Amino acid sequence: MTPAIFLLVVFAISLGAGLLGSLLGLGGGIIVIPALTLLLHVDIRYAIGASIISVIATSSGAAATYVREHMTNLRVAMFLEVATTTGALTGAYVAGIISVRWLYIIFGIVMAYSALAMFRKRHQVSGPVPHDRLAERLNLHGDYFDEATKEHISYRVTHTPVGFGLMYVAGLVSGLLGIGSGALKVPAMDLAMHLPIKVSTATSNFMIGVTAAASAGIYFARGDINPFIAAPVATGVLGGAALGSHLLGRIRGSAIRVLFVLVLIWVSAEMLLKGVR
Amino acid sequence: MKPSSEANIQVAATEKLISNLLRTGVFSSAALVLLGTIVTFLRHPAYMRSVDQQHQLTDGRISFPTTLPAIVQGLGHLDGNAVVMAGLLVLIATPILRVAISIVAFLQMRDRVFAAITTLVLLLLVASLSLGRAGG
Repeated sequence: MTPAIFLLVVFAISLGAGLLGSLLGLGGGIIVIPALTLLLHVDIRYAIGASIISVIATSSGAAATYVREHMTNLRVAMFLEVATTTGALTGAYVAGIISVRWLYIIFGIVMAYSALAMFRKRHQVSGPVPHDRLAERLNLHGDYFDEATKEHISYRVTHTPVGFGLMYVAGLVSGLLGIGSGALKVPAMDLAMHLPIKVSTATSNFMIGVTAAASAGIYFARGDINPFIAAPVATGVLGGAALGSHLLGRIRGSAIRVLFVLVLIWVSAEMLLKGVR
Repeated sequence: MKPSSEANIQVAATEKLISNLLRTGVFSSAALVLLGTIVTFLRHPAYMRSVDQQHQLTDGRISFPTTLPAIVQGLGHLDGNAVVMAGLLVLIATPILRVAISIVAFLQMRDRVFAAITTLVLLLLVASLSLGRAGG
């Protein structure tokens, strides 16, 4: 393979990763890392560095549109970022103390359960949610225009303290295992806080860039971000995310939910395998 | 979304500000990365044909600038890798700038609680940056 062909292949894969990631609120690492290591035999160090770039590119590439279209709940995102960044920091501190093997198994099971719970909600019509004083106080409730159903949707946020706790765990796990915590953020917002699924993925998309940026500086300085690999990943993912951000509004929430559940089952299986091996 | 009250207009302005910042960051980063890649290929025409060079580029045997002074120096020599790295730095800086600019926006809206929350996030980010490890 010539460097030129390599560049084109990585660009095409990244385009797909950015598209899927932007629709589901994930970072795209689940596509970028195996594609680079297994398919293209890139050093794992560079693959991880490129996946950090992929997370930031997915987030910023799609968030410009999601924020403008009111799909991102900015207040929820910024409040929960306190929990994810604290969690990520804790993860960095306790790394080495906790057995990573068990974490893979525990969170593999948590994700499988979340996938099931999210799948069960697919026909559920959103009704009134329990009153939440914190959500009231912080003025977290929101609304957006759903292009797929041509409806103006107003929603109320609930169980904010539970969501905050779950986000701390999501940050902790990503700090320890280095996996994109989007796979835990979306279920937390969907199942606990009762945000509409598209708001959950768009808000997760908004949040993942921040914590990834904090760790990217380190990878950058350490020389793990190789320009030859990161360049097609960055441009491809940005393009895919821009495309995805214009599609999310038009796709029905139930379709996004089913797609997310399928990807979550995949991530869960991958984690269980890592824990068992 | 129909901004009716004054508060809604302010929220819409914040959203526009953040959206524009993200858009500017993304576009300038993509432009630099693309430009750098083109420069690299113009300077190494063999990349279009040579089959064995790809391994050198992807298995850890090439050097590229990883510090700001080295990148600036590389830009002076019109080094393609330095241009790409500058673009990637812009990409990494964008979300952090987004948090910083939100603080200002919340202060303008006199939303002290959220200005404090966002400041805390920024401090935590700086802490992770200095600590060395934290995940996405």
